[in-house]
Amino acid sequence: MGDGPPSLWEWIGRNWDTGRAGSIKDLLIDHLTMSLVPILFALIVALPLGLACVRWRWLYQPASGLMNIVYALPSLPVFMLLISVTGLSQTTVIIPLAFYGVAVLLPAVVGGLDSVPDHVRQSAVAMGFSPLRRLLAVELPIAVPVVLAGLRVVAVSSISLVSVGALIGQGGLGGLFTRAYQNPFMPPVIVGIVLIVLLALIADGLLVLAQRVLTPWVRVRKGVAS
Amino acid sequence: MITFDAVTKRFPDGTVAVDDLTMEAPTGEITVLVGPSGCGKTTSLRMINRMIDASEGQILLDGVPVQSIDPPTLRRGIGYVIQQAGLFPHRKIVDNIATVPHLLGWDRKKARDRAMELLERVGLDPELAGRYPFQLSGGQQQRVGVARALAADPPVLLMDEPFSAVDPVVRTSLQEELLRLQDELNKTIVFVTHDIDEAIKLGDRVAVLRVGGRLAQLAAPKTLLSEPSDDFVREFLGHDRGIRRLQFVSTEGLRLRTDLTVRDAAGGSSEEPWRLVVDEQGGPVGWISWSRPDELEPFGSFLYGRDSMRSALDAALLSPSGCSVAVDDEGKVVGVATREALDEALAEAADG
Amino acid sequence: MNWLTSFFVWMGEFFGNGANWSGPGGIPMRLLEHLEFSALALLLAVLLAVPLGLAIGHTGRGEVLIVVSANLARALPTLGLLVMFVLLLGTASIWPVIIPLVLLSVPPILVNTFEGIKGVDPELRDAAYGMGLRGGQVLGRVLVPVALPLILLGCRLSAIQVVATTTVAAYTGLGGLGRYVIDGFATKDYASVVGGSVLIVLFALVVQLLFALAQRVTVSPGVSQRVNVR
Repeated sequence: MGDGPPSLWEWIGRNWDTGRAGSIKDLLIDHLTMSLVPILFALIVALPLGLACVRWRWLYQPASGLMNIVYALPSLPVFMLLISVTGLSQTTVIIPLAFYGVAVLLPAVVGGLDSVPDHVRQSAVAMGFSPLRRLLAVELPIAVPVVLAGLRVVAVSSISLVSVGALIGQGGLGGLFTRAYQNPFMPPVIVGIVLIVLLALIADGLLVLAQRVLTPWVRVRKGVAS
Repeated sequence: MITFDAVTKRFPDGTVAVDDLTMEAPTGEITVLVGPSGCGKTTSLRMINRMIDASEGQILLDGVPVQSIDPPTLRRGIGYVIQQAGLFPHRKIVDNIATVPHLLGWDRKKARDRAMELLERVGLDPELAGRYPFQLSGGQQQRVGVARALAADPPVLLMDEPFSAVDPVVRTSLQEELLRLQDELNKTIVFVTHDIDEAIKLGDRVAVLRVGGRLAQLAAPKTLLSEPSDDFVREFLGHDRGIRRLQFVSTEGLRLRTDLTVRDAAGGSSEEPWRLVVDEQGGPVGWISWSRPDELEPFGSFLYGRDSMRSALDAALLSPSGCSVAVDDEGKVVGVATREALDEALAEAADG
Repeated sequence: MNWLTSFFVWMGEFFGNGANWSGPGGIPMRLLEHLEFSALALLLAVLLAVPLGLAIGHTGRGEVLIVVSANLARALPTLGLLVMFVLLLGTASIWPVIIPLVLLSVPPILVNTFEGIKGVDPELRDAAYGMGLRGGQVLGRVLVPVALPLILLGCRLSAIQVVATTTVAAYTGLGGLGRYVIDGFATKDYASVVGGSVLIVLFALVVQLLFALAQRVTVSPGVSQRVNVR
């Protein structure tokens, strides 16, 4: 197709899997790693922390205050400050994202557990559930919709935030943006945005699906109401 | 006077909430709309201040169709009280009460003075004026709701299940407060409830509505209890309507005996099994029998001529003597209604 | 040298350097720029999103817009959007950067304003209409004061977003505190990177604090007794 700049599709075809570092496929895999690890970390930390905050109410104020502050920290300077500790590695991007995730998920976990109606809790106690059984069999399942709603926010924002890491050379698909800016060229930007939004939508969709499977009663009730 | 003239409300989904309703709510009286859920009572109420517009027919306010009045203007002239009071959480109590006066452009001082006056009128401590709604109990909030509805002195008051969210004790006191206020104010009140006892207690006239929005019967409470128009009304009234009807039968003509009161256990005729001991002021102390001269038995009393036959009968059932004590306003014994006297009165009541 | 010592050394180097405190590239100037860009973007976002959120929440029309914007805004990569606008519109003015800043900060305000208005107890709305308030009065005198905590929350989340994105926007040539970080990183001037990062973090925290204060001042005590969730 002549000597002009390659079209969008040509560019994708040429750069999808070059075998060298920085191919779209490589960046996609990096991107997935750097966004999935924080999501999992957030879930693993926020669940017990949220449970602790519900059990010991005094803990929630300071914990949520701290998380509000964490959430307010802009990502780029935090990456920069971490470089001296963790270097120019994926970890430098993963750690702050993980903490943002906890900040969003903690109120969701606490809110979810609070959404368990008191009469349900009481009747579980009255039927002789032990505290642990009650938590696993009654309270957590009821909290699932609210927790998953929080997790959806965490997943989508992590996937899009990873790209800022490109400014320290670790941004997954975000690398396409810096590449496009240095060598002014639109196709990488379009591909980057579309792929990131697509990843976010897929993650979101999977979590919605997970909620349907985990909490069929929510869907049933909605169906009856509408 | 509020007139419903062949009013029908059909919602967009096809359900008919109110079906060809024709009735009147006379000036200065409490008209209660009562019925099971889905009977269109709230819809009927809300059509008066045009929160909902009628599909057919018209509602007249002193002869003027409400449809011809701009809704906000109409509503400022009609007090409106709802279930959870609906107080504005961001405004202090005094400002909540002064809402409509402010809307009508009263000056600040006048609106404030009016609010303070009403606060006392509905039986609240003026101290509460500076509080926010969340600092008040449910019953107090409901009183503020009534005060707010009365603020601009509207001739008409619409009350939509105003007392159904508070506990029974508070509800009773709010009901009595309303009747007391109505004695002073003589508003035209339309009151919606699902509680037939509340309807009978408060209403000058009670309209029973059936599901589908049709008027089953409109009558004074006494008539409703004695002559329900059909099985639906009969069932809705419940099974002890005979007893309940007695609350509309006066004790005025009740035959009393005055020869049964004694000052001490030794007094009175030996032929009477029971004698009533009274204190120096003439107030009742207790019944005494010859078989247990050292033991005072409990008594029940009613305000003669003021309380109903239901109270008199109730008072009789509270005492082993089977008699009930009639007292006056000062608590002095006027006389004793014996079983025979009560029997006569009941027989008369049953005849109508 | 461990990382903590180097942190303090860099801090000293950055803040101790007199040249960093004056001129067009000095800290006061950069701070002012950062404030200016953030405030401008936030203001435009508020002007766009609050009325729109109020209208949609009050009338119940256009709720789809809320759902779409909320989801899309979180998914859109800020850096990608910035680069795209700059490549499309050039760097002749600050607008190619300000536009994406505004676009990204509209959704949090829009969603929270909408949720705030929609979440007002229907009984309250009913009482307000029933007493004869007109539509606009119901909105202005009842719904907005009651929904204010959520509206302000939206603005605060947006401000956080704007401060962060303004930093990233330094990459596409915008001034502000982000310059220290971006330029320092490019020239391996780590004193500048660390000093700039600390400044931005402090800036973000001060903004957060200001919003907390604004909330305390403007929200009626009758309303703030309620608990709000993000």
